[in-house]
Amino acid sequence: MAARTTAPAAGGSVDGAHVTPPAPGASQAGGGHEIARVRVPTRSARGELRAIKVVWKRELIRFSRDRLRILTSLMQPFLFLFVLGTGLSRLASAGTHGVNLRTFVYPGVLCMAVMFTAMFSAASLVWDREFGFLREMMVAPVRRSSLVLGKCFGGATVAGFQGVIVLCLAGLVGVPYALGLMAAIFALQLLLAFAITAFGVMVAARITQMQSFMALMQMAIMPMFFLSGALFPVSGLPQWLAILNRLDPLTYAVDPMRRAVFAHLHISAAARRALDPGVTWFGWHVPSLVEAAVVGVLGLAMLAIAIVQFSRAE
Amino acid sequence: MSELAITTPPTATPASSAAAPGACAVAVSVKGLAKRYGEVEAVRGIDFEVRGGEIFGFLGPNGAGKSTTINMLCTLVRPTDGSALVAGHDVVSERDDVRRNIGLVFQDTTLDGYLSAEQNLRLHAELYGVPRELVGERMRQVMEMVGLWERRASLVNTFSGGMKRRLEIARGLLHSPRVLFLDEPTVGLDPQTRSSIWRYIRELKAREDITIFLTTHYMDEAEYCDRIAIMDQGRIIVLDTPEALKAKVGKDRVQIETDDDQAAIAALRKRFGIDATVAEGMVTFGVLEGEHFVPRLFDEWDPAHPPIRSVSVARPSLDDVFMSYTGTTIRDAESTSTDRMRNVARMMAR
Repeated sequence: MAARTTAPAAGGSVDGAHVTPPAPGASQAGGGHEIARVRVPTRSARGELRAIKVVWKRELIRFSRDRLRILTSLMQPFLFLFVLGTGLSRLASAGTHGVNLRTFVYPGVLCMAVMFTAMFSAASLVWDREFGFLREMMVAPVRRSSLVLGKCFGGATVAGFQGVIVLCLAGLVGVPYALGLMAAIFALQLLLAFAITAFGVMVAARITQMQSFMALMQMAIMPMFFLSGALFPVSGLPQWLAILNRLDPLTYAVDPMRRAVFAHLHISAAARRALDPGVTWFGWHVPSLVEAAVVGVLGLAMLAIAIVQFSRAE
Repeated sequence: MSELAITTPPTATPASSAAAPGACAVAVSVKGLAKRYGEVEAVRGIDFEVRGGEIFGFLGPNGAGKSTTINMLCTLVRPTDGSALVAGHDVVSERDDVRRNIGLVFQDTTLDGYLSAEQNLRLHAELYGVPRELVGERMRQVMEMVGLWERRASLVNTFSGGMKRRLEIARGLLHSPRVLFLDEPTVGLDPQTRSSIWRYIRELKAREDITIFLTTHYMDEAEYCDRIAIMDQGRIIVLDTPEALKAKVGKDRVQIETDDDQAAIAALRKRFGIDATVAEGMVTFGVLEGEHFVPRLFDEWDPAHPPIRSVSVARPSLDDVFMSYTGTTIRDAESTSTDRMRNVARMMAR
């Protein structure tokens, strides 16, 4: 019976470390003593925080293992910035009032890089389901909301990291490395990363097959990118395009970022009017903070939907 | 045994040692549990109890409702009727209490292949809130038990099927559950790995204060259980120790091979008063003291009857137990229940 020495580690050490022992067992043993009927505080805030943190950390570990993914997701921004940006600037030089086209599309391209990385992070949830790992998380004695939060924070961090790499390229396309500007862009892209991950997680709650998920995300993301004004100024558009542009959530991430960039450029008033008109709602110039709030609120709404969907799932 | 099992965990309050005996007496208690998926009744109102510290086996063909039952006990599937207490907690109203007191090993792997073995276990410890100061030691303990401590830094993707299963068992034990559920722990593994998994399970029972609840459709594995419940078509047909079940059958199993099975069955009934059936392609029947019956069989076998090509006599096995209660062997039941199982799978996929 020396083998029993391992027993101390067994038998409710999880409960024991916190506060109380498993209660109903105690009540059985006590033959109905009411005192023994202490409820185990099943969920502690600390436990939930640990869960959020570990799900977040898992995203980072997996991302850091996947160097290829870091490289491939940088491919697209490079193409847009340096190939498309350089090539088209010869055509567009008349319309840009001397501003480099690459500088103009930079905020939009950065948003795109962030979006794709965030989308792939959310996609891993679909893999998790296919490879069974989701089940391990779903049966854990923690709130589903903690799991969803951890996942969204993880996706946002990873996508934010990708954004930082693009942020480092700012100097190459004529965007100054001003501290305030960098901080503003960083905050905005982090917000976007979070919102897109929440969107992806919300979709992943329903779509259980990788192919359908990817097709659906592509279908959502490409129009969002093109309609957002990432590649063109948002004033003087035909009405149909103007309406679609204002309905596109990405508009409200690209626009404040562009405003921040242009605030740090020394250019003519005409160029500023033409290239950085700002988003208007029925003639009202929407302030940057309101735009950021639109992205944030949408992100939170999708997060809430994702949480509800995962909490319902058996 | 039960006294030793109460050893107070150093981290627990004194009250928990008082709780242990009460909790140990009955690990799982099920009353009228049922689950229906649309038209399909996967589990049709079952009652049973699992005692603390035993290895309890659920035996039955695929599609008998074993996995659905285990999923209900693990709080993964909501019962449509009845109730179940696991480690003293109700599986519906006290879901989290149940979850923190059970360990799970599923049929399919639920490991993250892109993490190392150690990272998988650490993640589990965090999700289950295992106290940080205990994680390292406990992790070493469970990994050494399944012989994977040396491989802790390897990515799980590089592991074989058997190693993954062992790691999952280790992970299931990490948070010191009171009940460990193993759903078909050896399915899809080669015989050697199967027996090593069983060695770990038995070792586990000796070392840890734990109740093991498992499902299997391998008859030979059910012999390792302290008690087994035979399940077929959503019902528990019989529940007892393997020995008692075999004793109830009593008869040896005789199988004969002939050219004309139906004629042979008729002959057996007429001459010996034996009811035989065809199972696994052979004329099969049970008799007391089969080895003495065989000479008599040949003495009295009429040359007009179809000649006997071969005879085999076997001591009662759980297969015979299954057969005596269901009228079919488990292998034959598997094939007929496949359609049923497909239906259930389709319902679950929704």
